[in-house]
Amino acid sequence: MIDKPVMIITGTRKGIGKYLAEYYVEKGFQVVGCSRGDIDFELDNYQHFSLDVCDEKEVKKMFTQIRITYGRLDILVNNAGVASMNHSLLTPISTVRKILDTNVIGTFLFSRESAKLMKINKFGRIINFSTVATKLKVEGEAIYAASKAAVINFTEILSKEYAEFGITVNAIAPTPVKTDLIRSVPKEKIDKLTQLLTIHRLGEFRDISNVTNFFISEESDFITGQTIFLGGV
Amino acid sequence: MVSKEIITHTIFKAVNEINKRLSKKQQLIKSISTILSGSDDKLDSMGLVNLIVAIEQNIEDEFEVSITIADERAMSQKHSPFKTVGSLADYIEMLLNEELND
Repeated sequence: MIDKPVMIITGTRKGIGKYLAEYYVEKGFQVVGCSRGDIDFELDNYQHFSLDVCDEKEVKKMFTQIRITYGRLDILVNNAGVASMNHSLLTPISTVRKILDTNVIGTFLFSRESAKLMKINKFGRIINFSTVATKLKVEGEAIYAASKAAVINFTEILSKEYAEFGITVNAIAPTPVKTDLIRSVPKEKIDKLTQLLTIHRLGEFRDISNVTNFFISEESDFITGQTIFLGGV
Repeated sequence: MVSKEIITHTIFKAVNEINKRLSKKQQLIKSISTILSGSDDKLDSMGLVNLIVAIEQNIEDEFEVSITIADERAMSQKHSPFKTVGSLADYIEMLLNEELND
């Protein structure tokens, strides 16, 4: 079994996922990442899998590899997500399915398989990604916000199911962060959204790692089923 | 064709792992007739979950394939495959044959 803690981060090709992969490798973790496409970076102590997070067969293969290679799993960060901002009257069902597949099914699948490994050592930290949009209820985000609201409820129930295995399950609900996810959103929409926050600014990567650091710390073993909203929502 | 004997052995290995966490009174006997769920079961629902997960991992080690034992079919069958060690071995044999012939 490898000495250093093993962390899975989903959606590491770019944005928050890539940042977290680099950040935790730097902090001495063995990071395992995944994304649908190939990555354009290389890191020591980083292993990448190209897969779709809702492809059960491929995901299970990835976990088999992790078990054989590292013999442990300590942390899961369910970061992979897709957004689509459009009026519901103009949202095709294929988009709805894509959002639910990645944001809900992907989160479920990775949590389930992670818990199977984490329970071996009676220790685990699962961090799911929600969004402030679940509270702000902005027009055009119906499916995205609904999928992320599901993540909050899922987090709360999972925390109860996994407590006896020494696994905590929490969620972070970020504000928009300058990433590709919000690239297609008009500036005036983003400005309007940040005006709804208590602190009127976009999130930064460090705001995310600040919360993930709190959730994964060994001292946070009494913190579970919680969602931390950034920006004072 | 996968060997039923190896599957049963894999289940017994998981039973050994689970027994370590159970009291003397709750210990599961390594027999194909051992009841896993139903009125005479010794395992509580979490015990059964732990057993299934341990079996899935042992199957993965033994056959190098990953299966999900508690799939939709298993849940919707009239006669639950989780009733006894024997019925579970039959169900796993079917899943493995499907997987390996895929």
